[in-house]
Amino acid sequence: MVKNEVTLHVNGETRSLYIRNAETLLYTLREKLGLTGAKPGCLNGDCGACTVEVNGAAIKSCIMLTIEAANQQITTVEGLQDAPIQTQFVEKFAFQCGYCTPGFIMNCNTLIEKYPEANETVIKKWLESNICRCTGYKEIEDAVKAVLTSNQADSSV
Amino acid sequence: MISYDFEYAKPATIDEALDQFQTFEKQGKNPIYFSGGTEIITLGRKNRIVTNAVIDIKAIPECTVIQKQEGKLVLGAALSLTEVIEQNVFPLLSEIAMEIADNTARNKITLGGNICSNIVYKEAVLPFLLTESEAMIATKKGLERRPFTKRFNQQLQLGQGEFLVQVTTKESDLTLPFLTMKKRKQWDVGYPLLTTAALQKESRVKVAFSGLCAFPFRNEQLEHRLNACQLSNDERIEQAIREVDTPLLDDVHGSAEYRKFVLKNSLMDVLNAFEGADRRW
Ligand SMILES: Cc1cc2nc3c(=O)[nH]c(=O)nc-3n(C[C@H](O)[C@H](O)[C@H](O)COP(=O)(O)OP(=O)(O)OC[C@H]3O[C@@H](n4cnc5c(N)ncnc54)[C@H](O)[C@@H]3O)c2cc1C
Ligand code: FES
Ligand code: FES
Repeated sequence: MVKNEVTLHVNGETRSLYIRNAETLLYTLREKLGLTGAKPGCLNGDCGACTVEVNGAAIKSCIMLTIEAANQQITTVEGLQDAPIQTQFVEKFAFQCGYCTPGFIMNCNTLIEKYPEANETVIKKWLESNICRCTGYKEIEDAVKAVLTSNQADSSV
Repeated sequence: MISYDFEYAKPATIDEALDQFQTFEKQGKNPIYFSGGTEIITLGRKNRIVTNAVIDIKAIPECTVIQKQEGKLVLGAALSLTEVIEQNVFPLLSEIAMEIADNTARNKITLGGNICSNIVYKEAVLPFLLTESEAMIATKKGLERRPFTKRFNQQLQLGQGEFLVQVTTKESDLTLPFLTMKKRKQWDVGYPLLTTAALQKESRVKVAFSGLCAFPFRNEQLEHRLNACQLSNDERIEQAIREVDTPLLDDVHGSAEYRKFVLKNSLMDVLNAFEGADRRW
């Protein structure tokens, strides 16, 4: 069988669909589920424009087969509802053309969840996974720091 | 998007995986093992890897273990590089893995996938070339355990249908003083111009390289020259470099001459780091 029926848990919804085994998660999300937030860039694992969350980990969806993601918890940028990092991207002017933005947001969101006390070195390391042609990364770094600082202040109250 | 179709199997045991391989073969397919799948997907898109069937090994429990037993560290071939780094049970390997690809890609790239990859770098091989390590291979006759350095010659030597299950490393080798250096043409992520890993055991320095030639390697003659303490560092390095018996890579990332220059500097860093000291750098 070169095709299979799979169940995907995307953004809190469960969807069953037929896919080619050779299909990437990026393709399925965009072409079958209409979730066009994850962007095709290099399709080679380099640029991060296609980043989504799978079981809490940032994953470049162009280098994952859909069949590998079956029954896993997937979150795309559409699944974030006014997450603090989204607000801070606006506040800090962390995008210009916006093509890389969903990928950056998903990566940054995972970083914030996993390392609530991330320091500058960790933030810089994580941001190396994504490529932005417009900004100087500084604004993106500032957006991450703003969320971390605000979360730390909230948790110390 | 991969233009061709393939079957996908995800066996739960080593035996099932081996059987599945044979079944696919009998059906005239050319099966390959699938670990992180990043190379199969990216090269598959360009038709540089073409297959009718993949066997995903990530559900095989032996392929995802990290444990210490009988004086050895056991690492499953399907562990992601992120898991290897986060557990940090083998600092030299963690440091090498931390420089492979980027943080997100490492969630998907696996240890075994890197060791068995088609690209020339295979940086995760270096720590196992320098330590007393063994490759645990699934074969038709059962699990076969072989010294890693004997099994790895330009690439991991695997028979038809065999796959890497685990790599084990002697526990006492995990904490030896080491140094790693990854020199890239530019930027902070991606493939190396030259990656050097060095380890000191019983006052001798061992070195292994990736990116210098068309495969990662360790050369005992080169090490012998490098450890000739009666000579000056410059002489040792000069003689060590002459022992490289394979053509240096000469490509857009760097000419052979430039790689030789970088190699010379890296070896100087290695000697300086270990000079008269028994410490971790
Ligand atoms: C963005 C990006 C950056 C990269 N940067 C680097 C880098 O800096 N340094 C570097 O060294 N590499 C780098 N790589 C290459 C990457 O590490 C290799 O391509 C590696 O193969 C990927 O591992 P995988 O688990 O995804 O392999 P897969 O795609 O699953 O497999 C790769 C090959 O190995 C075979 N295989 C896999 N597992 C086994 C097994 N257990 N037994 C037998 N055969 C097996 C497969 O059949 C296939 O031929 C990079 C890759 C990407 C996508
Ligand atoms: S499109 Fe996936 S990393 Fe570039
Ligand atoms: S905002 Fe244009 S590529 Fe990042």
